[in-house]
Amino acid sequence: MFSPEIVITAVLNGLLTGAVYALVALGLTLVYGVLHIINFAHGALLTTAMFGVLVLRLGFGIDPYLAILVLTPAFYLLGYALQRFVIGPASHGSDANILLVTLGLAIVIENALLAVFRSDTRSIDVPYAFESVDIGIALLALPRVIALAVSIAVALAMWAILALTDIGKAIRAVAKEKLGAALVGIDVAHVYAVTFGLGTASLAVAACLLMPTFYVTPRVGNAFVFVAFTIVVLGGMGSIPGALVGGLFIGVVESLSGLYFGESLGQIGIFLIFIAILLFRPTGLFGARA
Amino acid sequence: MTARDVLPIVVVVALLALIPPLVSSNTVLNFLVFTLIIALAAQGWNILGGYGGQYSFGHAVFFGTGAYATAVLQVHAGLNAWLTFGLGIAAGALVGFVIGFLSFRSGLRGSYFALVTLAFAEVFRIVANAAGLTGGAAGILIKLDVRPENFQFQSRGAFVWIGLGLVAAVLLATRAIERARFGAYLTAVRENEDAARALGVDPFRVKLAAITLSAAVTAAAGCLYAQYFLFLDANIAYGAWISVEALVAPIIGGIGTVFGPLVGALALQGLGHLTSHVAGEVPGIDLVVFGVLLIVMVAFAPEGIVGLLARLRRLGRRRPAEAT
Amino acid sequence: MKIASNTGEELSMSERPLNVSRRKFLQSSAAGAALAATGSVAMPGVLRAQAAPIKVGVLQPVTGALAYDGQQGRIGAELAIRDINAAGGIKALGGAKLEMVFGDARSTPEGGTQEVEKMQAAGVAAIVGGFASPICLATTQAAARYDLPYIVDVGVSDQIVKRGLKNTFRFGPGFGTVATQALDNLARINDAAGKPAKTVVLVHEDGLFGSGLAKLMAAELPKRGFEVLEMIAHPTPTRDMSNVALQIKAKNPDLVIPSSYYGEFVLLSRTMQQQRIRPKGIYAVLNGAASNFRFVKEFPEAANHVMDCNHWHDPRKPKALELRKEVEGKGNFWTYNIPMNYSAVLLLADAMERAKSADRAKIIEALAGSTFAGHIMPYGPTKFADGQNTGAAPVNTQVQGNDIKVIFPETFADAKPVFPVPA
Repeated sequence: MFSPEIVITAVLNGLLTGAVYALVALGLTLVYGVLHIINFAHGALLTTAMFGVLVLRLGFGIDPYLAILVLTPAFYLLGYALQRFVIGPASHGSDANILLVTLGLAIVIENALLAVFRSDTRSIDVPYAFESVDIGIALLALPRVIALAVSIAVALAMWAILALTDIGKAIRAVAKEKLGAALVGIDVAHVYAVTFGLGTASLAVAACLLMPTFYVTPRVGNAFVFVAFTIVVLGGMGSIPGALVGGLFIGVVESLSGLYFGESLGQIGIFLIFIAILLFRPTGLFGARA
Repeated sequence: MTARDVLPIVVVVALLALIPPLVSSNTVLNFLVFTLIIALAAQGWNILGGYGGQYSFGHAVFFGTGAYATAVLQVHAGLNAWLTFGLGIAAGALVGFVIGFLSFRSGLRGSYFALVTLAFAEVFRIVANAAGLTGGAAGILIKLDVRPENFQFQSRGAFVWIGLGLVAAVLLATRAIERARFGAYLTAVRENEDAARALGVDPFRVKLAAITLSAAVTAAAGCLYAQYFLFLDANIAYGAWISVEALVAPIIGGIGTVFGPLVGALALQGLGHLTSHVAGEVPGIDLVVFGVLLIVMVAFAPEGIVGLLARLRRLGRRRPAEAT
Repeated sequence: MKIASNTGEELSMSERPLNVSRRKFLQSSAAGAALAATGSVAMPGVLRAQAAPIKVGVLQPVTGALAYDGQQGRIGAELAIRDINAAGGIKALGGAKLEMVFGDARSTPEGGTQEVEKMQAAGVAAIVGGFASPICLATTQAAARYDLPYIVDVGVSDQIVKRGLKNTFRFGPGFGTVATQALDNLARINDAAGKPAKTVVLVHEDGLFGSGLAKLMAAELPKRGFEVLEMIAHPTPTRDMSNVALQIKAKNPDLVIPSSYYGEFVLLSRTMQQQRIRPKGIYAVLNGAASNFRFVKEFPEAANHVMDCNHWHDPRKPKALELRKEVEGKGNFWTYNIPMNYSAVLLLADAMERAKSADRAKIIEALAGSTFAGHIMPYGPTKFADGQNTGAAPVNTQVQGNDIKVIFPETFADAKPVFPVPA
């Protein structure tokens, strides 16, 4: 058995990891909620952003946290362009086609990154990588605490954009009733692309938060995407609060099951939860608008 | 089925069957065996995905089950390889039935169905990687003992013929389904499940039958893989690679058509070798081409190569008619 | 009889029977002997003094999950071929040059198999490489169909040499040897330091290599006086090592023995440092990172004093040092794949010298009886028993002052172990 200190630390660690999961899931759930598609290129785009952080750090000496300011708008534009000029036109509005086009994109991006960066495992060293926050009962890595704070802030910001801005209202209108929204003069293609852009931008933030403590290879994004799928399903497809709570929840579940059942089987736990929810409660545990 | 249904299949298969005696290059034969394995897996996917409209992203679960059943029963139970081949197919069909039962009973469709199949494949992969029976992460090796009664042959040509025989059987079966009432039900479910139900079709039973059959075919591909390469591990058997191959080939070739999977597999594998030849030094470029092609096909030729050919033929037929 | 060039694969395939008869014919004439020995007949070069090049298959996974290792292995093989050719080629065959036929195994067994078929069609005399065990298992078998000699560079699974394949030779050590050596060396290092370490936590990836090794170690460590407190498995990739670190912290072992791939080990050692977990030693076995200069360079603090029992070049051999300098000069990191593949190609060349032929059966025979000492690994002369180089063994390295030093066995060492690690 483990002492209470260890269990508490494991829970805290799970929350910290879960926060980044939540951020990755945020983009996925947003895109799903509005476009009703699963973006299989999500992982590859995360990898791209992580390489972006690497290049900015090694090439220009830009700190990963400062890189948020550069990469977030860049990835917003990238996401916007991808949806507007590739995914949208190529898939002729069919869900099945969107699955395939994003799968194709994932293959292209992953292998283009391989061609450029080779499959070497890369990481960056930042002076604060080993700083810890001592909260008495546990030592928490500073970069991960920062990641938690920023993730929550981004989720709040995303919620605010949807709730308060004009484009947010348009996005919600399109999500609810595409035809109706088009009838009242909303440019649906534009709204789709904005949504996709926002989803991709949140990945850029996630990449900046991950890189101080993680590494990057051309295939690294896949490691996060499976979890993100689970979170999206758990939180209810399309629900932003669901993604945040689901992310934190999965982080803790993974952490504790890793502790008690071993890391390898802990991963099975996630998939089983995923399958069980899909089979028995496809609207998600947090009863979202599905 | 009429003679006109069967004739094209016979012609195509006969042409492919002529390759082994005419081409002595084992590079070509090895390529052909691997392509036929992929084609078979893709034919399985096509029954459920192409005709039934249920896009599975985890057909590896059937491929791997067939492959592992073949290998494990030979290695641990000492059964004859031909027998395990059949048992492997049955095991795949059973897994297909169970997954289908669970998913379709819960009414999973579209993205949800894609995700649940993906997750099942991952669970199987992780378990196979940890279990003792499957050899765990070290994988399982079928003993090399080249004798026909062991389903091992000195010549690559024999495997080409076996693979071709299986592909031909599925080609005929697919054509038969197209012509049968079951095929009509299946496409009705694909086009509109509610309308199909209104017409008295039970979508659950139709989809369940389709996934079982689909799983059996893809499992046969897994069995053939195991018997040809004689080695398996969890990432080969249950890895995402085969799920992707099984799905992309019919889409490129022509989704929901008899020849689509075979044409797609031949085109893609051929293209893969071509681009890796051309790309040479830079790793990954061939797969970039693969991905671009997938997007381009979806964008500009959603009916695949078979559809393109049909369109060309229609054009060709119309023109002389217009001339007169 | 048409003398054709060996350009197309089909051509050379259909030419194979012809070559045999041509060989017999040419062997009667002294001038043709060297040429015929190459097994493939070159262009009008028949009358030229220069012998036709001998094709050597170099098989590495340069795309997919193992691409980095494949890329490194390829560098080693290329450098060896360059050096052999610069030194006058295969002298017993009239200075015939080696010509690389490269194949990308795409990190999969079937990818590797397809490349073997291509190499066979291209008429290679032998194949070197493979890197990963699943690839090696499939490709050696494919090559065995053609009695094509195959030198496995790394692939540590012991199944590779236990199938009775006559064509298969493994230059490096297998699992069993590495694990036993790792344990013996550990016990000796510990004894020499006055037995500071008694308890151990094993951390391993749950794939072929990690779990196999951990199982062996868990069985063997108690026999050598160590107590295994815990075995922690983790998948590859693992997103977070906090829990593993936490468990280590809870057990507070004297030694942590990780066998993971690069990314996970980097995460683990960084997390341990973050959590201020400082065991008396980190003793990695066949670890992806502890003998990797990228790790040493990028995380000098986390890497310092990590020990590894792994493949490594012999630091006393000038050629090895020269090679390392060259590789690093070109901006590449030095990894064990380079000297292993370099040595494996030299071993092949030596076999051809002694066989005085590039004929496959003769090369296999020469390899089986090989006593080659000109390689740059710390093995001593090669001696094959059932395809396994019995002299092959791992060595212990330790990260010291931003460099990777060999600390054990003493005969190969260029530094003394720092153990227990100063707090």
